[in-house]
Amino acid sequence: MEWALLIEQILNGIQFGVLLFLLAAGLTLTFGIMDLVNLAHGTMYMLGAFIGATIFLWTGSFILALLLAVPIVAGIGILTEITTLRTLYQRHHLDQVLATFGLILFFNELVQVVWPLDGLTVPFPKYLDSTVPLMFGIEYSVYRLMIIGSGLIVAVGMWALVTKTRLGMLIRAGATDRTMIYALGTNIRLLFTLVFGIGTALGALAGVLMAPILGANSGMGEQIIIIAFVVIVIGGIGSVRGCFIAALITGLIDSLGRSFLDVILALFIPVNAAEAAAPAISSMLIYIFMTLILFFKPQGLFGSQTQ
Amino acid sequence: MLSLDNLQNRRKVLGVLVIGLCALAPVAANLLDEPYYINLFARLMIWAIAAISLNLILGYGGMISFGHSLYLGIGAYTVGIFAYYDINNFYIQLVAALMAGFCVALVFGSICLRTRGVYFIMITMALTQMIYFLSISIEEFGSDDGLIIYVRSELGTDLISFDNPIHRYYVIFLVMIACLYFSHRLIHSRFGYVIRAAKSNETRMEVLGYPTFRYRLACFVIAGVMCTVAGVLSANVEKFVSPDIMHWTRSGELIFMVVLGGMASMMGPITGALVFWLLSEFFARITEHWHLIFGPFLILVVLLSPRGIDGLLALKRSAND
Repeated sequence: MEWALLIEQILNGIQFGVLLFLLAAGLTLTFGIMDLVNLAHGTMYMLGAFIGATIFLWTGSFILALLLAVPIVAGIGILTEITTLRTLYQRHHLDQVLATFGLILFFNELVQVVWPLDGLTVPFPKYLDSTVPLMFGIEYSVYRLMIIGSGLIVAVGMWALVTKTRLGMLIRAGATDRTMIYALGTNIRLLFTLVFGIGTALGALAGVLMAPILGANSGMGEQIIIIAFVVIVIGGIGSVRGCFIAALITGLIDSLGRSFLDVILALFIPVNAAEAAAPAISSMLIYIFMTLILFFKPQGLFGSQTQ
Repeated sequence: MLSLDNLQNRRKVLGVLVIGLCALAPVAANLLDEPYYINLFARLMIWAIAAISLNLILGYGGMISFGHSLYLGIGAYTVGIFAYYDINNFYIQLVAALMAGFCVALVFGSICLRTRGVYFIMITMALTQMIYFLSISIEEFGSDDGLIIYVRSELGTDLISFDNPIHRYYVIFLVMIACLYFSHRLIHSRFGYVIRAAKSNETRMEVLGYPTFRYRLACFVIAGVMCTVAGVLSANVEKFVSPDIMHWTRSGELIFMVVLGGMASMMGPITGALVFWLLSEFFARITEHWHLIFGPFLILVVLLSPRGIDGLLALKRSAND
């Protein structure tokens, strides 16, 4: 039985990790290439959840929700990039942090005006609302497996984009030396907008996928964005590969910590003390892990030394 | 007679106005028969104290801490937890809060200050979030419902009491003035010059033989401890503390106050806190969804006047010249 639980929690951890990767990939790209600290990235995740949920509830088609919501949110993202964020690239990080903080306040409130105050609850799409038997008699949710699958497909797609295409070459070059690719004649404005659009689309995708599990709420973006920051700090800012690995590690630590920390602690301290301490410590685990990583590698696991 | 074409004089006038407003607010509130405003201004001054402390590291030291509300939480929770165990003596609570703030700032500071730039922003944010989740997960002290404080801190004298809103108000006022004076002296001391110089060129200071890490860490700890005091006062105004006090958006608001008032200016944090509060009251009267106006306003301030109100004072002068 312990094994069944362990495998189920590992799968949950991977699913959470994949979700974190979708969010953190956009963040790490915009930071690595544009040197932009975008707190409002979580907002795009939230908008993805709301718009996706609305379309799904209207039309009853989850596929349609995915196909429409992701480009719509990417469009909103590109619009904010053109109107607000573009002027911030040359500015100090502090200005970027504050301005994107302003965006968060605006969009959180907007969502409360447009949608019901307590958010939306979203059903699972019918054809995915079942479980499949895995080994050890585990029944695991098809929907969660689908999230893991789509996340892995996106990860492969990102890897191909970054390493095999011309755009990816520019992205890598931009992350290493912004000024140089500008000097070599790249239309840097277009590149930035494009990268920002890709990042936003990934965040929105994560939002649409999570809506049936978590629902859509105002402020859901801030909960997850800090964890996404933890991921990119662990992975090293600007590195998509580091981001993927760090996202999976973070997801696993979080979900395994929440289920097994009391058992592990009980090996060292009395059982009742372990049970009392476990919830408090497990909510802090990923931050402790980040601190440890930064203590030994201040640039993160795969960070470049130049930043 | 002060003439207004000099930046220093303008700053003085603004300073006198802001401090005067804080000093006379209870009188005005009594005249207008609106005792509600006394507590609002008390809250505002608590924000100001927190912003003054943040200005030390953010404005003068160039350290963008996105987790400063943590120390408000430490101060407030110390009072809350002591009151929970029926220890209501103010001085015991204060000393315990200062020690807690000192220890946390020392440990977190030595971790955060190993990093630079955006890593620093994120790690300060993440560490504060960690304590935020810790406070949520401890059911003994109310989890996310918060902790009600039934008895305010006892000052051990019959002359002044935290239960009297006017007494409370002027204690907070005096603490704010003390913090202002302290930060003025600190910034104009040798220590302050090293901190400011390390902000503009750290390598140079290191070559000159200054251990900049230790200076920054000392500055970080001083700011944290000062903010803890604000937290202690906050618990005594609200008679309540919840994890919300250290939510990361609180840290964002604190940063905005400092930037709005003008970073690295003495009166900046107080002016910023005052204007921040006045504006949010004003916007909240226009619409219930005042963040819809406030968010874009914040963006506009950042885009158009990155040096805040203090920057505007300087701007007017050059327009006159």
